[in-house]
Amino acid sequence: MIQKLKQNQFLFSELVKRDFTKKYKRTILGMAWSILAPLMNLLIMWLVFNKLFGNNVDHYVIYLFAGQLVFSYFTDATNLGMSSLVGNSGIFTKINIPKYLFLFSQNVSSLINFGLTLLIFFTFVALDGIPFTWKFFLLVYPVGCLIVFNLGVGLILSALFVFFRDMQYLWGILTQLIMWLSAIFYTIDNYGQTAQYLFLLNPIYLYSRYFRKIVIDGAIPTPQFHLLAAAYALIAFGIGAWMYKKYNHEFLYYV
Amino acid sequence: MKTMIRAEHVSIGYKIGDFKDIGLKEWTMRHLKRNYHVESFMAVNDVSFEVQEGDMLGIIGANGAGKSTLLKAVIGVMEPREGHIERNGSVSALLELASGFDGDLTVKENAYLRGAMLGYTKEFMDDTYGDIIAFAELEDFQDRPFKQLSTGMQSRLAFSIASLVQPEILILDEVLSVGDGAFQEKSAAKMREIISGGAATILVSHSLEQIRELCSKVLWLDKGRQVAFGDDVQGICGQYEDFLEGKLRTEDVDKAG
Repeated sequence: MIQKLKQNQFLFSELVKRDFTKKYKRTILGMAWSILAPLMNLLIMWLVFNKLFGNNVDHYVIYLFAGQLVFSYFTDATNLGMSSLVGNSGIFTKINIPKYLFLFSQNVSSLINFGLTLLIFFTFVALDGIPFTWKFFLLVYPVGCLIVFNLGVGLILSALFVFFRDMQYLWGILTQLIMWLSAIFYTIDNYGQTAQYLFLLNPIYLYSRYFRKIVIDGAIPTPQFHLLAAAYALIAFGIGAWMYKKYNHEFLYYV
Repeated sequence: MKTMIRAEHVSIGYKIGDFKDIGLKEWTMRHLKRNYHVESFMAVNDVSFEVQEGDMLGIIGANGAGKSTLLKAVIGVMEPREGHIERNGSVSALLELASGFDGDLTVKENAYLRGAMLGYTKEFMDDTYGDIIAFAELEDFQDRPFKQLSTGMQSRLAFSIASLVQPEILILDEVLSVGDGAFQEKSAAKMREIISGGAATILVSHSLEQIRELCSKVLWLDKGRQVAFGDDVQGICGQYEDFLEGKLRTEDVDKAG
C-alpha cells in the first residue's frame, strides 16, 4: 500500500489541494472557523460542567480539552471521510485510480485542524501552569494511533455509505453515544473497577486518557495500555482495508 | 508488431435491481420480507479482440450494446467475470468528458488534477501544461472556475489533456464529436498524429463516417455479444448500416470479419 501511495503522490497532493480549496472556498475565515468551533464547544462545556454543576477535578479545563480534542478530531475525520467514495463516484467509475486516496486526502484537512487545535491545547496547558516535560514527546504515540484509527473507521464508513445511504444518520446517532460514553466532561474515578475497565473498550476514551495521563498526571501509561491503543488502530484499519479490497470492483454498481 | 491490448473471451457482469440508494433500514426490511431482488446479467458476453501498435479500433453498436462497459474493463475500472484483458502500456482514457472535473476549481487546477489522475508526474504537467492550454485555446480562461466554461470548452480541455500527454493507449468514448467544426478537425489531426506515433487507440462512436475515416479495425457489438471483429472496416461498417436499416440480421453476419 505504501509503495502504491508513493506512485500516486502527485495525485494525492492534487486531491488534497482540491479538498482544501473546496472546504474553505478560498476564505481565511473558513479555516479559522473550523478551529473556533471546537473552542466554542469547549467554552460551553466548561461553563455548564464547571460553573453550573461544579466539580473539583484538578486542571478541569485541560481534562475537558483533552477529551474534546480527541473526540472532535474523530468526528471531523469520520464525518468528512464518510462521503469520500460517494462524492468521488464520478471519478472512480471512469478512471482507474486507487480509491482509498480520496479518503486519505479528505483526512488531511481534518488532521491539520487537529494539529492547530493541539497547539491551542498546549497553550492552555502552559497557561494552566503545568510544566512541560520530556514525557510530552510520548504524545506522538496516541496521535499516531488516532490517525490510523480514524483512517480505518473512515475506510469502513465510506464503504458502508456506498451501500447504505442512511449511514449518515445512523453514524450521527452513534457518535452522540460515543460522546456520552467517552468521559469527555466527567471522570470515572468513582466507578467500580469493572466499570473502569469497560471504559477502556472505547478507543476514544483510551486515546484521551493517554493525553490526560501524560499532561495532567505526568505519568506514562502501562505497556498493556500501549498495546491496546495500537490494537484498536490496526483492527479498524485492517477491516477498512479489507473492505476496500473486497469491494473494489463492486462499488461501481451502487453509485 | 507489438500487441497493446488483447482481450480474450471477455465477459463482464453487471448488476441491476432495487439495491441502489436504499438505506440499512430498508435493506433489512426487504431481506426480512424476502423482497430483495438483485439481478446479475452479462453486459458483455464472450468478446475477443486485439489492438496492435498504431491501430485504431472503432467500436460500434446500438445503445446498450455493452460498448462503455467493455471500455471500463479495458481501463481497469471494472473486472471481467470471465476471460482476461492484457494491457501493455500506459492508458489514457476519456469516458464522459466532464466527469472528474470540479466546477469550483479553476481551469488550471482542473488540468493538473486530471493529469494526476491519468498517472502523470508533476514535472511532466509543468512542462506540458502550456501546450495543453494552447491546444484547447483556453489561454484567457486559466484562472476562471471550471463551471463558467461552456460545454464545448470543457470538452476541449478534456481532449487536450488526454491527447497531449502522449499516451501509449488512448481510449475515447464519443468525444470527437465535441467542439466546433474547426476544433473537430484539429482533434482528428491530433488523433492521426498519436496513431502514427505508435499508440493504440480505441474509439467509440455513433458516427460511422468517423469510424470509416479513422479506424483500422472495427468491433461490432450487439446486446453484449460480438457480431464482428476485423480489419475490413468498410465491409463491417457496410453490414452494420444494412443491419440498422433492417436489411440484415446479426445472425447472418460472417463472424470472421
